[in-house]
Amino acid sequence: MEGINVDWAAVQTVAWTLIKIMALVVPLMLGVAYLTYAERKIIGWMQVRIGPNRVGFLGLLQPIADGLKLLMKEIIIPSGANKSLFILGPILAIAPALAAWAVIPFTDNLVLANIDAGLLYVMAITSMGVYGVIIAGWASNSKYAFLGAMRSAAQIVSYEIAMGFALVGVLMAAQSLNLIDIVQGQSGGVQQWYIWPLFPLFMVYLIAGVAETNRAPFDVAEGESEIVAGFHVEYSGMAFAVFFLAEYANMILIAALTTIMFLGGWLSPVEFLPDGIVWWLLKTAFVLFLFLWFRATFPRYRYDQIMRLGWKVFIPITIVWIVVVGGMMQTPYGYLFH
Amino acid sequence: MTYTTAIFYFFAAILVFAGLRVITARNPVHAALFLVLAFFTAAGLWVLLEAEFLAITLVLVYVGAVMVLFLFVVMMLDINLNKLREGFWDYLPLAGFVSVLLVIEMALILGSRHFGLDVMATPEARPADYSNTKELGRLLYTDYVYAFELAAVILLVAIVAAIALTLRRRKDSKFIDPADQVRVKRNDRLRIIKMQSEKRPGVGVQDSGEGGA
Repeated sequence: MEGINVDWAAVQTVAWTLIKIMALVVPLMLGVAYLTYAERKIIGWMQVRIGPNRVGFLGLLQPIADGLKLLMKEIIIPSGANKSLFILGPILAIAPALAAWAVIPFTDNLVLANIDAGLLYVMAITSMGVYGVIIAGWASNSKYAFLGAMRSAAQIVSYEIAMGFALVGVLMAAQSLNLIDIVQGQSGGVQQWYIWPLFPLFMVYLIAGVAETNRAPFDVAEGESEIVAGFHVEYSGMAFAVFFLAEYANMILIAALTTIMFLGGWLSPVEFLPDGIVWWLLKTAFVLFLFLWFRATFPRYRYDQIMRLGWKVFIPITIVWIVVVGGMMQTPYGYLFH
Repeated sequence: MTYTTAIFYFFAAILVFAGLRVITARNPVHAALFLVLAFFTAAGLWVLLEAEFLAITLVLVYVGAVMVLFLFVVMMLDINLNKLREGFWDYLPLAGFVSVLLVIEMALILGSRHFGLDVMATPEARPADYSNTKELGRLLYTDYVYAFELAAVILLVAIVAAIALTLRRRKDSKFIDPADQVRVKRNDRLRIIKMQSEKRPGVGVQDSGEGGA
């Protein structure tokens, strides 16, 4: 401590990083808001309804109105609830959902933190999201909430294993944990994307991603016909909205990761068009559309079927395919698996 | 004090506090959550040591999986803390002996000349693109491959043993085999037959009494 000798370079770095974080989080939150709008519109069209169309032109201000409404509402803390943990629940849900975005690359050089073990970082941070759900369910002092939390915890822990193994296949193909290197390993047109050699892993990752985010048809944690709204049944106002934001931010995150690891990230599918963030956005939007499509199409899984699918179908598929990839890499056909 | 040193003391203070709360918190769920905080902070300290692979794995394995299951169990148990605390004074001499022994053991190793900077060279700082993961993997699969494989086999045996010990097939539970349900075909459950439409017994065609009920 050498007196008041401010290191202005360090201050500048911190300030600049904060600006970059804002530049990442603000569009992300806007994306979350308009993803809810897109969801209501798309599911509306699939069910031959119109969807929101009253607030603003074509209902475009609907998410803003919803957000304002939730901000104005009172946050009710149930009697007998564990107050500090009840407040901590939503915070622990949204913090990992945002923190994971730190290493997501949008183009070659548009990334907040280009760290070497990016893939591991994402896996570690997303695995912490389950605490928000568990703590919320337990602290609510409600049977429904607790049941939802228990279901969600078991489901997330199970599907995380399959997801991790699917990522092992990706890192074997790319021979790197750095997300930018993974995308660059897929350069050379649509036929070079990892979706083709790693197709089983892609399917497992996508479906496990739906399960990880507690989305339909894996939404037994909420299961409104059985346990009302699951872990967030006691939450109201902005505390509920934070859970909602976390779920949608996680959805976008899974879609972005699918894009980066299997669909070539920002790379253009054909040689004669330039690479760019546009492709990243288009591919991510397509994967998000799949999420909404699933929700409008499939009925909810039964709980034992979810467990069977995770443990007895997905994990064996991923392990077999990892062995196949490793074996093929030793043969002359190794170039097919990069 | 440099920036990293300040961060180190910040993390270390949180770690010590969380560790203390793990054993002093009255609510077992709080204690488990403080253990999560302790793990996470320890991971932060490891990042400061440039051991990012170990740090991330600590979060991934202990925070992301082990502690979730731990919390899962603790939440479902109805633990009576007062009963647990009853034997505190009886166990104190034994516990005191063990902790003194631990402190002595640590002092022997960490405090002596064996780990000082004059004996061991300062680890050199690596550039940002240095892959900790790759180096660890290379060491594990070359120099330490036998030890590594042995550890893997022992763990596998432990898993198999744990499952074999706890597996019991209850005859009285209504167990459904989901695989059977998935495999089921329409023809197993449903029979479609061709038959002539039958005449309604009794009165003629004009009787339409079925609408009312």
